[in-house]
Amino acid sequence: MKIDPHKCVACGNCVPVCPMGAIHIDPNIGRATVNQDECVECFACYRGMSKEHLNPAMVRTIRGVAKFFRFRFDPEPDICPTDAIVPQELTWPRIVRRAFSDPQVPHESTGIHGRGTAEVKTNDVTDRVKEGEAGFVVEFGRPGVGARFRDIERVTAALAEIGVQFEQNNPVTSLMRDSSRGLIREDILNEKILSAIVEIKARLEQVPAVLQRIRELAREVETVISIGVSTRCDMEGNDSLREILEREGYATYRGKTNLGLGRVTQRGLGIGN
Amino acid sequence: MTNTLHRYSEHYAFEPAPNPEPVRDDYIVFAMATRDLNDENLVEKYRCFLRLALKHDPVNIGDATKGGMLRPRQDMNPTAHWKRNQHPDPEQVIAGIEGHTTVAAVFDNYEAMRAFVEEVKAADLGISVNISAPMDEAKRCCRDAGIARHSVEYSLGFRGRVDKLPDATTLELSSMCGHGMVSANFAKKMMEWVKENRRSPEEAVRYMARFCICGVFNTGRAERIIKQACTLKS
Repeated sequence: MKIDPHKCVACGNCVPVCPMGAIHIDPNIGRATVNQDECVECFACYRGMSKEHLNPAMVRTIRGVAKFFRFRFDPEPDICPTDAIVPQELTWPRIVRRAFSDPQVPHESTGIHGRGTAEVKTNDVTDRVKEGEAGFVVEFGRPGVGARFRDIERVTAALAEIGVQFEQNNPVTSLMRDSSRGLIREDILNEKILSAIVEIKARLEQVPAVLQRIRELAREVETVISIGVSTRCDMEGNDSLREILEREGYATYRGKTNLGLGRVTQRGLGIGN
Repeated sequence: MTNTLHRYSEHYAFEPAPNPEPVRDDYIVFAMATRDLNDENLVEKYRCFLRLALKHDPVNIGDATKGGMLRPRQDMNPTAHWKRNQHPDPEQVIAGIEGHTTVAAVFDNYEAMRAFVEEVKAADLGISVNISAPMDEAKRCCRDAGIARHSVEYSLGFRGRVDKLPDATTLELSSMCGHGMVSANFAKKMMEWVKENRRSPEEAVRYMARFCICGVFNTGRAERIIKQACTLKS
């Protein structure tokens, strides 16, 4: 993302709305500027702010007069008055930033808007996670910290060593040069993204060991990792995963519950099959 | 996409709280079709899902590809600084659904969620429906509605460099947009503005909600959090 210095009036509204804190007012030019290394191309500033399309010279004059007379004006905090935020054309490898940061961009590998697959949200239809299995969603960078693929690879490579199985219909897996070793393409390792989800499957009895390994690895990376674990319930709607997690000392307060109201009504390949 | 899974509350505090307060105003029900398996007439199914939701007074509804009831506008004029249309528009969400997406309804009370789930079950849309909420409440809802849970996914919270995360109150606000579009700095700014009486809590949460791209930002819970934070710290 870029900010057009000819249009920017340095109102500062875009500075706090950046999830990565990548925008600041450059005192040398008196305009908002985007730190390109920190920007993850999430488009939150461009899309999230309302726009007025005002004439920059006029706005600068009014702001200058108001400043001179010490007028305090409380403008709306989510408006870019001059439409100064401009998306730039992204090329490889920077384009992966947007793929993993802008929720409105579908990953070509899955066709899903977002950063992972449908997890167990459609498990009633896809049967991705079966009884006796556990599905892990290990998310890097969220909330609001961001992650570089170098950190993600550190974890995926270590997880591969303990024999976990990476979900094939997952954007991170699709960028691995060797999924059996959890190695990610070298040309994107320094790219920063808002969030990436690594999905793995294991048997329920492996849950404590896998989580223990993830906890250890979390201490070695420069970002935050959020963890979700799923399983299929039995016919009565009970699950044995919660007991395992609580025995291991994990909080299980919140989560998602698939109600099983979905059904296959068409013949097709579908996601995850 | 785990956009509603990791909504922060005291239960996930890095220094465990002795008696964390239950979250009783944040229940999300969302629907999702699967490509080539049950996505025929999906636009109609999604619209039906959201229309049913509107009967139970949700605090937000959303289409993950377009946004929620409050959205940014590209055609503002300077009068907005004095007189801005702040009304949520659920009809634009429903009318805007075009194809594959996830649609969600956010409720601020258990009874509304339960009643909605019962209606969705009766509607028999054939697409996947999930509850994202405290697990015990979701389980209770299933029991009340005569549903056997199919699958569950637990949030285990955050690990790693949690020192890079903002304070707990800010995190509660910003993590309500799981896609990370509501920045922590903006949430902090809005809390400051409320403290300074520059904006009301209602106005502050509307600004934040406009950044949430899938409409799962809970304006009711956010308002409660801001009010509590401003009272406690004043």
